[in-house]
Amino acid sequence: MRLIREKTNINFLGPARRKIALAVSLLLVVASFISLATRGLEFGIDFTGGILLEVGYQQAADVQEIRGDLARDGYLDVQVQRFGADEVVLVRLPPQEGDGDEIRERLRATLESGGEQIDLRRVEFVSPQVGSELAESGALAMVVALMLIFVYVMIRFQWKFSAGAVAALAHDAIVTVGFFSIFGFPFDLTVVAAVLAVIGYSLNDTVVAFDRIRENFFALRGISAEEAMNISINEMLARTLITGLTTLLVLAALLVLGGESIAPFSIALIVGIIVGTYSSIYTASATALALDVNAQDLIEPIKDPSLIDDLP
Amino acid sequence: MNKYPGWLNAVVLVILLAGCLLALPNMYGSVPAVQIADNNGAAFDDVRLQEYVEVVEGIGVTPEAAYLQDGRAVLRFEEDVDLAAVGEGLKDRYGRVASIAQTLAPKLPDWVRELGLSPMSLGLDLRGGVYVLLEVDMDQAVLSRLQTYEQDFSDRLRSARVRHRVELDDRLIRIRLTSSNDIEAARDAVQTADPDLLIVDGVDGKSLVVRMSEAQIKARRDFAIDQNVTTLRSRVNQLGVAEPLVQRQGEDRIVLQLPGVDDPNKISEIITATATIEFRMVDLSGDEPGSRRYQGRGDEPSVILKRRVVASGDQIIDASAGFNEGKPIVSIKLDGAGGESMLETTMNNLKKPMATVFIESHREQIRVGDELQYREYKTEEVVSTATIQGVFKNNFQISGLSPGEAGDLALLLRAGALAAPVYMIDERTIGPSLGQDNIDRGFNAIKIGFLAVIVFMAIYYRAFGMIANLALLSNLVFITALLSLLQASLTLPGIAGIVLTVGMAVDANVLIFERIREEIAAGQSPQIAIHTGYEKALSSIVDANITTLIAAIVLFAVGTGPIKGFAVTLALGIITSMFTAIVGTRTVVNLAFGGRKLSSLPV
Repeated sequence: MRLIREKTNINFLGPARRKIALAVSLLLVVASFISLATRGLEFGIDFTGGILLEVGYQQAADVQEIRGDLARDGYLDVQVQRFGADEVVLVRLPPQEGDGDEIRERLRATLESGGEQIDLRRVEFVSPQVGSELAESGALAMVVALMLIFVYVMIRFQWKFSAGAVAALAHDAIVTVGFFSIFGFPFDLTVVAAVLAVIGYSLNDTVVAFDRIRENFFALRGISAEEAMNISINEMLARTLITGLTTLLVLAALLVLGGESIAPFSIALIVGIIVGTYSSIYTASATALALDVNAQDLIEPIKDPSLIDDLP
Repeated sequence: MNKYPGWLNAVVLVILLAGCLLALPNMYGSVPAVQIADNNGAAFDDVRLQEYVEVVEGIGVTPEAAYLQDGRAVLRFEEDVDLAAVGEGLKDRYGRVASIAQTLAPKLPDWVRELGLSPMSLGLDLRGGVYVLLEVDMDQAVLSRLQTYEQDFSDRLRSARVRHRVELDDRLIRIRLTSSNDIEAARDAVQTADPDLLIVDGVDGKSLVVRMSEAQIKARRDFAIDQNVTTLRSRVNQLGVAEPLVQRQGEDRIVLQLPGVDDPNKISEIITATATIEFRMVDLSGDEPGSRRYQGRGDEPSVILKRRVVASGDQIIDASAGFNEGKPIVSIKLDGAGGESMLETTMNNLKKPMATVFIESHREQIRVGDELQYREYKTEEVVSTATIQGVFKNNFQISGLSPGEAGDLALLLRAGALAAPVYMIDERTIGPSLGQDNIDRGFNAIKIGFLAVIVFMAIYYRAFGMIANLALLSNLVFITALLSLLQASLTLPGIAGIVLTVGMAVDANVLIFERIREEIAAGQSPQIAIHTGYEKALSSIVDANITTLIAAIVLFAVGTGPIKGFAVTLALGIITSMFTAIVGTRTVVNLAFGGRKLSSLPV
């Protein structure tokens, strides 16, 4: 069975197509930035600090009533929403005065004031200080990952490829985070992990394409860089799509079956993998082309293949 | 061509079997169990184990299995056991010397257990429990040390008959003298108290400014956090929680993890509980007014002690275990007032025994009718009795102990109060129902995702697809095996990492199979196509996996909590999938197709 024809010859990187792709990428990135600047992100308490309760009720919970009860007892700036099932509600509050037990028992009293029996399935208190530390370490992780990847690709290929790869990765990370901003999905620590996994995945795609490009630069001497890249991308197209598909299959399973708390993670990966597949075709190669990459750039590493094979 | 030598096939088989063996413990379910651990960390022997079994059988319950694990005793029961009754029965008998935890234990056959194998451990989000991050108030730790100095200087200057006023001012102590003639005497007093202190003359010529050196401040901070960890650990051990974790994190933080605890009040109990030490003389006649009998802790005999307290825990500045002339000792340092009292007592009681009493205040929640109330109670136990060998004051040593006892005593002496207040800055409680939900959902997602990929691969690559599926299945086995071997906790994000690995692991095989198809389309013979396909795809696979591995390692290094769990399974999955997808599938492909004349390939 085949997903696509045995031999495709799609002109991915013709000058006109590249302009369209560039426009699309720019649009996505700019839209992400505008949304991040104006709407920001729905940070979870991991980052903002605060209190989170996952409350299980005996029957379907009345979100309006819960909001009313909390407001009556003086809790301001409260978010109440259904979480997965009708009987489960997620309550988010800003940090409160007092120690954990006290706050928990006060909240329990408020929530049970209507005579319901509740099950506190999950209670999280995070101080704003811890929150800002986690945000910092998350951002640091992304920067460090991008830098290491740049260095690795530079060693294995060449700096123009590095620039292409990192441009593609930054593009994927920005668009994925922007997606969360535009649609107002909750952004928590697991999403940071997902974005980093997206970086890993998209890079995987990019590197596989670069590998083939290098091979073809070498095998098909005398053709232009653009042609070599086009041929390579076409040759890898089936693989790119199949791997994307199998990964999306399992992520769909995770999104549907994995439960509410892991949903933001699944969404981030699904968005990231779609964007990442697109970017490894367009952004990475187009950036390398824009930097005027050519076969000469790669001659050095190929001269000594034993060195390459010895690398981990 | 395409034949692996026999030994290589054998190696692959052995690795696969080892993976299966390591993953095996996860196939057995868990049953209710009681875990008994000695409060002082001593290892139990078979005699003690037998004793516990008999006590439990005395209640009318027969353990399904009883064994020792890491020095702790584990009694395993059938599903329908009244675990609470068993726990109470054991607590009545051994509650004071051992921690008795009601828990779940994997129902492993003896031979699996005796090989030292165990299943993956589950993170708090999967088994329920409490996670707390505490911050130690370091300023307070340093301040309280300065307060002790302040008191000490005052005492010393008074006994040297120097007229003075001592003030504690932010991070320094100012000693004001009435006369500038006393300045040398004052300097002497400070230096004898602690020669490492930094002393500066005041501008007015009749005052001294005393500061703790950087090294002293650092030592004090380290002491404070280490002591808090020790104290919290000994309190947690008494809670009766299976596999608790108390660990220092960074400069000034402590992590507590209590699996299976769903009553967060326990945490407050741990943090608010206080304990202290008293030194009292033994009443040898046994009939002095006010004397009474104290229970011994563990194997210590009970003794009758006098009413007067020689010195108490709040007067202890430091206590540490060490060696003197090769014999284990505990060195204790008292503050001024404690030292005076000790001096007077030792002068009058040479060669008489003095006892150390450990007093702990607890607060527990009890149900009175329909109401929950707090009840405070105290336990008092003699932890050691020693004969006074000489006259001493602030600094003295307790000898005649075994090394273990010395360590325990030093720990108890310090376990008095927390050295500095702690604040909860992150607290997460996951109820047991949510934990079970998370497990069910996570494993469901793995199952369905796995099935979807398997079906797709089988249809798309036919026989080669089935071989890739074998690799995928053994990849799951290897991830499970490694997680069990490393005893890394599996968390919900960890499960997500496994799911992602399932999707990505086929990538290597897709790369290889697509390459084989290309080679065949280019007119190569099937055997050469297999060979070239594997060979040429290799560098892409390695490059691609290493870059993802970089991301996973960064996640692990920088990330906390949920991120780490994800990074671990992702990294393990990448490593195992390289083996199964490249070497594993090649072995099977070679066995199935190698060395034969083929006209086409089912790829």
